[in-house]
Amino acid sequence: MSRLLVCPPDYFGIEYEINPWMRRSNAVDSGQAVRQWHHLMQVLEQEVGARLERMQPIPGLPDLVFTANAGVVMGRKAVPSRFRYAERQKEEAYFEDWFRTHGYDVLTLEKGLVFEGAGDLLGFPDGWFGGYRQRSDIRAFSIISEWFTREILPLELVDSRFYHLDTCFCPLSGGELLYYPAAFDRYGRAAIAERIAPERRLAIPEDEALKFACNAVCVGKHVTLPTGCPHTEQLLDARGYRLHPVPLDEFMKSGGSAKCLTLALD
Amino acid sequence: MMQNQETVVLQGHIIDSLILAKVLDTILMLNGTFDLQDVQIGKTREEPSRARIIVQASSAKLLSEILHAIQPHGASVESERDCKLTEAPADGIFPDEFYATTHLSTQVRVRDQWVEVEGIEMDLGIRVDQARLTARTVPMGEVKRGDLIVTGREGVRVIPLQRPRDRDVFSFMESQVSAERPHGHIIGDIAKRLVQLRAGFREGKVGSKVLLAGGPAIVHAGGREALTWLIDEEFIHVLFCGNALPAHDMEVDLYGTSLGYGHVAGRVLPHGHEHHLRTINRIRAIGSIEAAVRSGVVKTGIMAACVRRGAQVVMAGTIRDDGPLPGVITDSVEAQAAMREAIPDIGLALLVASTLHAVATGNLLPATVPSVCVDVNPAVPTKLADRGSFQAVGLVMDAASFLRELARELDWKL
Repeated sequence: MSRLLVCPPDYFGIEYEINPWMRRSNAVDSGQAVRQWHHLMQVLEQEVGARLERMQPIPGLPDLVFTANAGVVMGRKAVPSRFRYAERQKEEAYFEDWFRTHGYDVLTLEKGLVFEGAGDLLGFPDGWFGGYRQRSDIRAFSIISEWFTREILPLELVDSRFYHLDTCFCPLSGGELLYYPAAFDRYGRAAIAERIAPERRLAIPEDEALKFACNAVCVGKHVTLPTGCPHTEQLLDARGYRLHPVPLDEFMKSGGSAKCLTLALD
Repeated sequence: MMQNQETVVLQGHIIDSLILAKVLDTILMLNGTFDLQDVQIGKTREEPSRARIIVQASSAKLLSEILHAIQPHGASVESERDCKLTEAPADGIFPDEFYATTHLSTQVRVRDQWVEVEGIEMDLGIRVDQARLTARTVPMGEVKRGDLIVTGREGVRVIPLQRPRDRDVFSFMESQVSAERPHGHIIGDIAKRLVQLRAGFREGKVGSKVLLAGGPAIVHAGGREALTWLIDEEFIHVLFCGNALPAHDMEVDLYGTSLGYGHVAGRVLPHGHEHHLRTINRIRAIGSIEAAVRSGVVKTGIMAACVRRGAQVVMAGTIRDDGPLPGVITDSVEAQAAMREAIPDIGLALLVASTLHAVATGNLLPATVPSVCVDVNPAVPTKLADRGSFQAVGLVMDAASFLRELARELDWKL
């Protein structure tokens, strides 16, 4: 059974602006955010069958809800994130503490080497991809790749709206890749094409990419994604995935959606 | 010329991700060049690869822009250490393990910056001024107690000579010296250089002076008129010689002989061997070569042309010299210093018929200055051409023939 780390949105809100989506003037409807989050949890637990590990929310850390950025986990080893922006650096200690108290061997990157966890490191069982330039430093990937003995192909993120790899790149359990090609440069697109056969590359249109269709949670044949992405749903449906569209627009105000709200632990 | 380069290291899964390709493309797109030092490719998909890249640019600013552009892709400047500096223990003595220079452009790392070493010359030490961030070669005899001298090899890099851009004999030398090779095209190329350099000299361009280091065989063999013409026409601007070349040159003017051999008569004249001594004595009585020329005592020849044209003359004496002539520097360390002072502005060096002065001058020249060594003895040009420079041309031929042919190429009519 898949385990996911989540954090309730008790203190979620827009208190600063560190990506093009965030506008302090665009206030979060807290009640609605809480309702959407619980809806997502209900789908993940009851329809997808995932087991949820809930973190304790902390006042003053509105983005702790985005647990995809806690770090990256493989087996019993965890690498906690080192955030680029001071606003989120305060989260590092809480994520690291969670990994330690839950029995993980914590491997820490040197201070100043930014790496934003599973937000920028995703992949297939045989090889990973790392998004760099916007938030993570490419040099973190060569270190993590040695720790885990895994190939990590770095991909430059060239569009600031897609500031984490998980906003434009979603590996699926059947080996397909849901992605938005324009978020990468020609080198990145060529590297993706080199690793993933054409019939497995599912490119989505810009309007749905901007609704964070790629910020989806794939567990087995279940894909949980934000609502309003019919083309993406069609692509996935045709490949036999069971779809769970969930309204998450309150979290989109902060530049996050389904995948950002979870961290795969197994 | 300042070589702007920095070594960067790129590691990780840089091949299949095309990160290496992207970094190299970026360097080229920004008008830089690169030299892939070594690339270790991972043997499995999991194993990382590693590349060391030397990035080169035409200016420090451009280099910094390129480094700035490739740094986000993981190309980090290889951590390099400052050069080691040790105080000279006493005047005239280098610290042990002092770094001995080559004749190639050299840089030393001081306080995390590459500093160009000034006054490049082989077999010297390097003195560093940490406050001003400058470095300069220093001869053993000139070092002062407490000077900071580079020791060991860490933090020192020697820049290989770039192949010159001009497509002439200097640009594709195979460092071969042979008496059997035709000389015509080589002398033609030298003549072209002389024309270019004279134009630069007349415009006051730095590095446009032509140096001739020569021996008395030029006079004995009949090259005096050609050399005089080359100086008069402003093709040669600096003369290095000993006591004999000026002595015999002026002997011709005063007595019509060189070493007693009548130039017109074509035979040794009675008591002719005394002529050069009488010449030296006469000039000593006048006080200087310049005064002898200006007063009209010496009217023709190489020295007269030098005085007329204001060519710089450095005369370095030896232990067998007669006299010597006024102006000959008899302290060899002082003579070296005087020659060294004339080097920075030299754009071409002609080393003609003098083993001693050719080797001494060759040692003073940086590899970037093209040089031509002409001697009937193949050992001399061979020694000079073996200095590892693309730009050292050796010609096994008689000094007078060389100078006459060169002057004729330049439209000398005689």
